[in-house]
Amino acid sequence: MGVGIEVTNLNAWYGTNHTLQDINLNIPANHATALIGPSGCGKSTFVRCLNRMHETNPIARVTGTVRIGDLDIYNDCKPVEIRRRVGMVFQRPNPFPTMSIYDNVAAGLKLNGYSNHHVLDEIVERSLKNSALWDEVKDDLKKKSGASLSGGQQQRLCIARALAVDPEVLLMDEPASALDPVSTSKIEDLIFQLKSQYTIVIVTHNMQQAARVAEKTGFFLNGRMVEFDSTHKIFTNPSDKRTEDYITGRFG
Amino acid sequence: MTEIRISQTQVLSEAGNPPGQGPANGAQPEASAIRTFLLSRGNSAGADRVFQWLMVLCALTIFGIVALIAMQLVYGSQLSWHKFGFSFFAWPAGFTFASIFKAVLDPNAAQPNYWDPVNGHFSALPFIYGTLVSSFLALLMAVPLAIGVAVFLTEMCPGALRAPLAFITELLAAIPSVIYGLWAVFVLVPLMREQVNPFLNKTLGWTGFFSDDNPTGLGFFSAGVILAIMILPIISSLTREVMLAVPHSQREAVLALGATRWEMIRVGVLRNARIGIVGAIILGLGRALGETMAVTMVIGNSIEIHRSLLSNGNTMASVIANQFSEASDNMHLSALVELGLALFVVTIVVNALAQLLVWAVTRGAPARAS
Repeated sequence: MGVGIEVTNLNAWYGTNHTLQDINLNIPANHATALIGPSGCGKSTFVRCLNRMHETNPIARVTGTVRIGDLDIYNDCKPVEIRRRVGMVFQRPNPFPTMSIYDNVAAGLKLNGYSNHHVLDEIVERSLKNSALWDEVKDDLKKKSGASLSGGQQQRLCIARALAVDPEVLLMDEPASALDPVSTSKIEDLIFQLKSQYTIVIVTHNMQQAARVAEKTGFFLNGRMVEFDSTHKIFTNPSDKRTEDYITGRFG
Repeated sequence: MTEIRISQTQVLSEAGNPPGQGPANGAQPEASAIRTFLLSRGNSAGADRVFQWLMVLCALTIFGIVALIAMQLVYGSQLSWHKFGFSFFAWPAGFTFASIFKAVLDPNAAQPNYWDPVNGHFSALPFIYGTLVSSFLALLMAVPLAIGVAVFLTEMCPGALRAPLAFITELLAAIPSVIYGLWAVFVLVPLMREQVNPFLNKTLGWTGFFSDDNPTGLGFFSAGVILAIMILPIISSLTREVMLAVPHSQREAVLALGATRWEMIRVGVLRNARIGIVGAIILGLGRALGETMAVTMVIGNSIEIHRSLLSNGNTMASVIANQFSEASDNMHLSALVELGLALFVVTIVVNALAQLLVWAVTRGAPARAS
């Protein structure tokens, strides 16, 4: 089951560029939360702060508090530990090209020394079923490389890889922006199914996508969070003028 | 030509349309002047064709040189080839596989006369052996070190140190091999003679591979060490190149699964770059196989095959360098050229293979870029 995320006074920098300013936000457990906003508004930086990927860039810096469940991720633990509990799916599918489909899914577990083959088989099957890829790949799990799949399949493989370690939170950074419409709709269906079991945070520049999959939506602009509310309210009756301008297409 | 262009620019700037008026004022004399000028240049088709053939000729020079070398080597080795055939690359006349095997294993047994210019018997066996042994010793020492250097430079090195370190590593490749040889003779060989060889003899002497207490400090092992130093920059700079070609998204994918830095390097970088790294190693091997000067200076130049890596030996390249100037007999000369031909073919094949592998990782295989 997922856990909630509590963000307090989060600030982030890239070099001298203050990309996130005073973000305060409560992301509910076992729901999908969408983050929208124009390019460069800081929404990707924000999700990368939730699993401490932001700081892998040597010039990046973060201050503030992020609590995932009971864990203060910037003070209570190392980045490695939090990334085992928070899965991430990136904008461009990035399966491991030298590994089979099976090994791609099992990569997170094998990396951490898990080697019970029966359990691995089960987890791989369950993860691929959860990511709606099982039927398409079950016959050549160990024969085909992860890179031999189509773009949409690769992205679902990446979702399966993230799900295999049974994360409490699943972060998705524009997971469908590099995909065709059919693959996009498959990914959206998937998010719809997964959100009962995981806390999902999805970054998207596609407002329809946010409206379709998320209960809560946050609107980012110039490094600040302008508004955070139920998706329905954001898209029908936003309280901030800038949100209204953005969702009605006046900019962005 | 330049003058015309300048004057037209002037015309253009003086008579250009005032802003806001648009192009609707009909006559545009300056534009048509430019058009006339451009049209009057013709299509230069003749010059283009000459240029094209000139470049084709330049490119063909390369193939021409390679072909000429190959032809000369084949032609020069005819005499030896007709006399010895494939036995040139096997054991000499009058010896069996078993007797040679015994001579290799037993340091007290009489060594066969593999290379006998006086009686006209030639066998490439000791040189093939020496080339392979010294090259593989070099790889054994250089590969872990080179990969370590590459990993440090690409993944761990602080930014300010990266460029100077990479620069120095690549400078190592620019040092002429005779300088390496000199350094080896004055520094490495005494060190081997006084410290390393006695130590190896004492600790690993029982294996037979380090049994020969060579009083000179020369030999296969010293040659291997100097070769390792020489091929280190090639392997590490190419390994660095293929590691840099691994997309950043692969590193992020592994990190996001909760990998430590070492796991990220192993799974996200080295695993993806492994074909290119193999290419880099083979390229290093290619250089080690053909390296002449430094090896000739430290390998000891004895035409024998011993099990001990501390004993003196000879490589295909070093025997050519040593004997070519004094080979007066036609058969002797031809045998040396045949050695050269064999070395030529082997290094060309090895290098081609290596380039292909490196190329497959750094430029080809677009699927990896995802």
